[in-house]
Amino acid sequence: MSTASAPASVSIAPDRSRVRRARRAGALLLAPSVLLLAIWSIVPLLMTLWYSLEHYNLMSPGRVFFVGLRNYAFLFSDSSLRSAIENSVTLVASVLILSVVLGTVFALLLNNEFPGRNVARLLAISPFFIMPPVAALIWKNLLLDPLNGFIGWLLSLAGLPPVAWFTRFPMLSLIIIIAWEWIPFATLILLTALQSLDSEQIEAARMDGAGPLSRLRYIVLPHLGRPAAIVVMMETIFLLSVFAEILTTTAGGPGDATTTLTFLVYIRALLNFNIGGASAAGVLAIVLANIVAFFLMRAVARSLNR
Amino acid sequence: MRNRTGSVLFGAIAWAAALGMAFPIIWMLITAFKTEAQAIAIPPLLIFRPVLTSFQTATSGTAYLSFAINSVVVSVGSTVLATLIAFPAAYAMAFRPGRHTQDLLVWMLSTKMLPPVGALIPIYIIFRDAGLLDTRTGLVIVDTLMNLPLVIWMLYSFFKDIPHEILEAARVDGVGTRQQMIHLLLPLASPGIASTALLAIILSWNEAFWSINLTSAHAGTLAAYIARFSAPEGLFWAQLSAASVLTVAPILVFGSLTQRRLVRGLTFGAVK
Amino acid sequence: MQSMLRLGMMGVASTLLVGAASFARAETLTIATVNNPDMVVMQKLSPDFTKETGIKLNWVVLPENTLRQRVTTDIATHAGSFDIVTIGTYEAPLWAKAGWLDRVGDLGPAYDMDDLFPTVRNALSYNGALYAVPFYAESSMTYYRKDLFAKAGITMPAQPTYAQIASYADKITDKAHGIYGICLRGLPGWGENFAYLTTLVNTFGGAWFNMSWEPQLTSPAWEKAISFYVDLLRRDGPPNATSNGFTENLALFSTGKCGIWIDATVAAGTLFNPKTSSVANEVGVAPAPIAVTPNGSHWLWAWSLSIPTTSRHEAAAKKFLAWATSKAYIHLVAQSEGWVAVPPGTRMSTYENPDYLRAAPFAPLVAASIKSADVEHPTAMKVPYIGVQYVDIPEFEGIGTTVGQDVAAALAGRVSVAAALQNAQNSTRRTMEDASYIR
Repeated sequence: MSTASAPASVSIAPDRSRVRRARRAGALLLAPSVLLLAIWSIVPLLMTLWYSLEHYNLMSPGRVFFVGLRNYAFLFSDSSLRSAIENSVTLVASVLILSVVLGTVFALLLNNEFPGRNVARLLAISPFFIMPPVAALIWKNLLLDPLNGFIGWLLSLAGLPPVAWFTRFPMLSLIIIIAWEWIPFATLILLTALQSLDSEQIEAARMDGAGPLSRLRYIVLPHLGRPAAIVVMMETIFLLSVFAEILTTTAGGPGDATTTLTFLVYIRALLNFNIGGASAAGVLAIVLANIVAFFLMRAVARSLNR
Repeated sequence: MRNRTGSVLFGAIAWAAALGMAFPIIWMLITAFKTEAQAIAIPPLLIFRPVLTSFQTATSGTAYLSFAINSVVVSVGSTVLATLIAFPAAYAMAFRPGRHTQDLLVWMLSTKMLPPVGALIPIYIIFRDAGLLDTRTGLVIVDTLMNLPLVIWMLYSFFKDIPHEILEAARVDGVGTRQQMIHLLLPLASPGIASTALLAIILSWNEAFWSINLTSAHAGTLAAYIARFSAPEGLFWAQLSAASVLTVAPILVFGSLTQRRLVRGLTFGAVK
Repeated sequence: MQSMLRLGMMGVASTLLVGAASFARAETLTIATVNNPDMVVMQKLSPDFTKETGIKLNWVVLPENTLRQRVTTDIATHAGSFDIVTIGTYEAPLWAKAGWLDRVGDLGPAYDMDDLFPTVRNALSYNGALYAVPFYAESSMTYYRKDLFAKAGITMPAQPTYAQIASYADKITDKAHGIYGICLRGLPGWGENFAYLTTLVNTFGGAWFNMSWEPQLTSPAWEKAISFYVDLLRRDGPPNATSNGFTENLALFSTGKCGIWIDATVAAGTLFNPKTSSVANEVGVAPAPIAVTPNGSHWLWAWSLSIPTTSRHEAAAKKFLAWATSKAYIHLVAQSEGWVAVPPGTRMSTYENPDYLRAAPFAPLVAASIKSADVEHPTAMKVPYIGVQYVDIPEFEGIGTTVGQDVAAALAGRVSVAAALQNAQNSTRRTMEDASYIR
């Protein structure tokens, strides 16, 4: 670094007041974001907490009264709660794995030079541009419809009988649709990160005789550690609140096969208009999501801080 | 020479993957030019005379253009706002990490954990009292706040990729914080910023829950527009495809323009 | 001279006043509505209304469930975003009871209230006052393929029974050639599969609740009805039945894949039209089948326009209500779209019009079905609720959908019918206890 001509005396002993000034400046830079997010999250959170302790049904807004923990008792004695949590976990974990693995593969493929690379990149990322309800409808009708859909036709060419995807494999169908939507997100982030990979380092490694596979293993993949961690954190949050796709295809069923915790909140809030009950389920969702985030953070903290 | 065949092979695989991912969209685009009867034909029609009737149905009697303009205003507005607010925050967390930076990051993410449907009534009441119902301003505020954690996280990640010696050296040379951010960080991180902005715009563009629930006659975005096609009566595949094409076309065009920024790569070599 | 001046000034003043009044009358109404074909036509023709009255219209179009939730949120929080809302026979009495709707019985002498079908009027009233005006109404009936029946040597009787329907479906099913004997709604939802299934349970002699509001989902009538449904669809129905609602079944029937379909009377317009149906010349209609009792065998639903009490343009809104459901409007649609496309099921005069009867040969059956679908007597036994294919309580949306999911699980083969009904009974009971209908 040519700028190493700075006078040594400045960088030897950390100046206490300089550090404090730097910290204050940092805090000032952070202040607007923190303040806004605080207001945005705390006010609805407090109101939701409050509603969860009340009997409040939208259809009779005049009859609102305090009921303590009754909504929670009702929620926890609901037999569909456990399966809702299980479904949430299954959905999120499956899509996460698919999007990180395939996202990495696609990012590696699209990082090379080949004719028409720009167009190919845009195509690979295009599913993310589609609105979730539209994506669900396209898959449900144009592709997966057993009698008139494209995939149904492909299956018939192979001599297979029509498959009722959303009846026999509801969770799998949902995972396919949602993974299709979110793999591009992972691809984009990982691809951008690949571009910041120092090409000199790779050149040096190649000249030292490292083959493509060991270059991949020892240089490229570790470099992708942090962006992959980011992808996991972000996608977890989004996937936990997936809703439109479920509503459009299975509406949580058959039975409660695809009812996730978020969908359970929706059923209570907007189908029963039971705001009290929905708020209780919402509070539970926040608590669980925070627990998940805590453990996730522990697991990826190392990559984040590298 | 072995490299050449290797890269041809990988190029082909890359194209296969890209086409595979884009196939449902391509199929949707094709279906948009069919009639309803052609749309549900089996075997699926690849050769047919394209018509524009489905597009006509999709735009007749609706103010498609005003929905589209609202979408653009809200998406771009909220992304610009979010980026402006997030930029200094990400800078602080990436280059001046404190004891609580990690906790702060997690907390910011946690603000997105309340299912929006659970916050509907409180937000609706607040917006009603603030006169923000059915306004673009209201939607910009909501989208900014919803995307802020994402933008901060992603900018933070891309900033961490930039060797902090560069900024250290500038600071030692007496360059102020603001100038560091504008003249050094901005150009260095521009692909990352572009990716972040693109993703934020897409998320805002596709955001349906608040767009539908907080608007009525004036501020509806394309999410509200497409809602009417999601459960019509009668045959609707071609109509739905046409409406979807109209919804995704502007953002796809925008995306292809930003792609070039991503391709440009970093100019690390010059600095090092 | 002075009196001339005064006259002149009065003339100018009154012109200005009239001008100001008509300028003030350039109000705007915000209308929340669903995206069905009749509404699409209404939007298309609404410039006529604006020309007549100077009142401008803003349309907010949403899918049914989203609309209901959106409007409920707005009205319950007194936000006043909408001047006119589209509601059904389910919401009308409920929202009237909650004090959310204006009375609309006073739309002027030219409106001719008595021309509305009495059953429809009744379904949109509360305590004897009308709270919404119907712009289209429907019941349910049986559609069948005359060609397939002829080939199998079957004649459809004047009033089929479910036992007969089952035997017909068995005879004409030919899955190898893509012909499914019967298509029925399977998509879970209180307004989807359970709109149909409630009528099935009704005609098998069952009911949702007894007079003490206790759920009856494990009663013998329910067991018989749901088992019949599941067995029939498994034998003779299309593969993706639990994803098929009204829209999907309409697509299936109109592309020739179903032999029999029991569903909304409004489907007739699409099925009989050669432009939208490949079997237009082979469709026959018959009344909805019955089993043990004719009560509740076919449903009653009307989409109607109403005015929330939070609206600030009540007078203008009433003008629109009167215009959009008047006899003149029906003639307007006939001129612009043809008689087959006029909004069905609302006015008896439509069904006495020879032009209409010529364009819609199924019309007399529709009229008879609507006339005999009584929301106050939907079941064999006495019940504490109104509604043919729903129970008119706020909790029913959730209950109907949850039970709909349980039955879908049985149809998908994931649980037995008995287990599904037991689950349904338990969850319904819990909801009723939580809502304080029963202890």
